[in-house]
Amino acid sequence: MKYLDEFRDRDAVASLAAAIRAAATKPWRLMEVCGGQTHSIVRHGLDTLLPENVELIHGPGCPVCVTPTEAIDRAIALALRPGTALCTFGDMLRVPGSRGSLAQAKAEGGDVRMVYSPLDAVKLAQQEPELEVVFLAVGFETTAPAHALAVLQAHNLGLRNFSLLVSHVLVPPAIEAIAASADSRVDGFLAAGHVCAVMGEEQYRALVERLRVPIVITGFEPVDILLGVLLCIRQLERGEARLENPYARVVRSDGNRQAQAMVSEVFEEVPRRWRGIGELPRSGLALRPAFHDYDAERRFDLSGVRADDDPRCVAGEVLRGVKKPHQCGAFGTACTPERPLGAPMVSAEGACAAYYRYRRSEAQPATASAT
Amino acid sequence: MTAKRPAPFELSCPLPDDGADTIRLAHGGGGRLMQQLLRELVLPALTGQALTRQHDAAVIETDGRRLAFTTDSYVVRPRVFPGGDIGRLAVYGTVNDLAAAGARPLWLSAGLIIEEGLPRGELAALLRSMREAADIAGVRIVTGDTKVVDRGAGDGLYINTAGIGLVEPGIDIHPAHVQDGDAVLVSGDVGRHGIAIMACREGLEFEPPIESDCAPLGGLVQVLLGAGLRPHCLRDITRGGLAAVLHEIAEASALAIEVDEAAIPVSEAVASACEVLGLDPLQVACEGRMLMVLPPDQAARTLEVLRVHPLGAGASLIGRVERRARAEVILRSRVGSRRILDLPGGELLPRIC
Repeated sequence: MKYLDEFRDRDAVASLAAAIRAAATKPWRLMEVCGGQTHSIVRHGLDTLLPENVELIHGPGCPVCVTPTEAIDRAIALALRPGTALCTFGDMLRVPGSRGSLAQAKAEGGDVRMVYSPLDAVKLAQQEPELEVVFLAVGFETTAPAHALAVLQAHNLGLRNFSLLVSHVLVPPAIEAIAASADSRVDGFLAAGHVCAVMGEEQYRALVERLRVPIVITGFEPVDILLGVLLCIRQLERGEARLENPYARVVRSDGNRQAQAMVSEVFEEVPRRWRGIGELPRSGLALRPAFHDYDAERRFDLSGVRADDDPRCVAGEVLRGVKKPHQCGAFGTACTPERPLGAPMVSAEGACAAYYRYRRSEAQPATASAT
Repeated sequence: MTAKRPAPFELSCPLPDDGADTIRLAHGGGGRLMQQLLRELVLPALTGQALTRQHDAAVIETDGRRLAFTTDSYVVRPRVFPGGDIGRLAVYGTVNDLAAAGARPLWLSAGLIIEEGLPRGELAALLRSMREAADIAGVRIVTGDTKVVDRGAGDGLYINTAGIGLVEPGIDIHPAHVQDGDAVLVSGDVGRHGIAIMACREGLEFEPPIESDCAPLGGLVQVLLGAGLRPHCLRDITRGGLAAVLHEIAEASALAIEVDEAAIPVSEAVASACEVLGLDPLQVACEGRMLMVLPPDQAARTLEVLRVHPLGAGASLIGRVERRARAEVILRSRVGSRRILDLPGGELLPRIC
């Protein structure tokens, strides 16, 4: 496949791995921010190609993983409400709420529909005017433009039966919180290439100045990721802290202006709770007052649905990079992708699920491995 | 494997059993949840003992002759898809289960469960398709049953087929015969059926459209056996894809399997679709592909024989069986690293971004 094969080239991967080994003279810990990068690292076994003194820490950039239990419970409450259809991306179906997942709510008769685009939910609302259609809007800056577009389209069509249940989060506040936290072990960040494709470089340049850590805008293929690691380590070895963008084939310095404009027309920044991290200021998006008619939290009374995250799950430490997934006592035993205790075990992009799928044998005694 | 050794000792307090009270769609996905359901509920209830599913068909000995016997139900939506339909699938699927036991497929039954409201013309077309498929596969549909259920109680049409085939003397194909050092082959590129169905269901358009690989493999297997080749194990690849079949064989033989990602044939179109949907082509269903495990000295000849057959033209040697501490499936990745090839959990869920 063009644009993929050249970035999965065995020789290019081997020479980058050799360059990293040559460049890294001290121990360095880098965090890849995005769950898509974590998935690619583990799927392609990239961390096994790195020298021992270079450690990758898996960041909080999986939208499914950081969505709080309460948001899932509210989605379930809506799915079970008569005359209401809850539309969602496939990933969210299995995320555990405080008493079950959307998949279970569906098995119990709740109206849960998996869609590929929020615009499919708008179409459903148009086709079935008697049905209240709610789209569960989770994600980072990457999914926000499509959600904004859905609201604008519903508005233009004059739909009265479409709304969003919003649990949107933003990347830079999370990077800042991790870098500034007392137990931070992160020397440099690989920023999420697709988030930067929407938002551009500016926010990250400002972060580098404030935090004094290198940030490298990084893509998702093996060659992209190893190149990000190499550039980050070269900066660290030289004592530099700059923003670098080797992913320029996708990321323009000013990002996607049109998408940014649409997001800021529809959404505003608000404080948001992150699963495992807690509330961060200005770290989420909510609908602006002009679009409150499309806000499911206002349209339906959900204030009674409150929940805390499961205390047995160490997702917070995993998402902050303090613990690796297999250092959790429940990993692979009490918590598996079929019976997840916390969200990072659910999504294909979650750090725990990625470890479970590809690395289970490292973490478990031989007797517990098969099936 | 699991049946042979004691359950691992766990100190952790058992969690509330997720989905224990209700069967979810994921329990039918061909992955780990389905194996669990079979192991914990279905097999003990019906057979009185905790068997693991080891083979695609049962082989029964009677009067010195061996018959292979199998059954399968077909609930695919949409009923007609690029490259096939539910009728064709119902014939070929059962034929392939018989073929995987090394049998020559001979007779089929057909049970139809029709939902009130199904257009008569559509039913006629699907029955015609079943008949054609049976002719192509060289089997006869010799008995059947028809039921009609209330509107809303079915999904248009469900078909069950059972099949009987004859296993020739000297042929003994079973996962338990797999040995350390065996070669692992696949008869063609993987993932076509699953992507064809998903594209149809979700309105995704590929140019040219991806067609299901649905095909009868009885002839292909008979050609192999006729050439004097003696595979230790055959398995037709269906739900759960290549990954699920490799796991089943590893588990049943208590041996590890190592496969080479670059040697596994995946068409460009399926690979692209999987990239878009965030799926692993090795976990996507096929309906006309056979996995073969055989002595290493037969691998080259088997490939030769397969490749001159139209249904084996894309055959490839993908890996080998090894004795290791764990009966696991290892993938040597294209970029030169190694990792576990996991069994799919339940339903395949496209990723969010």
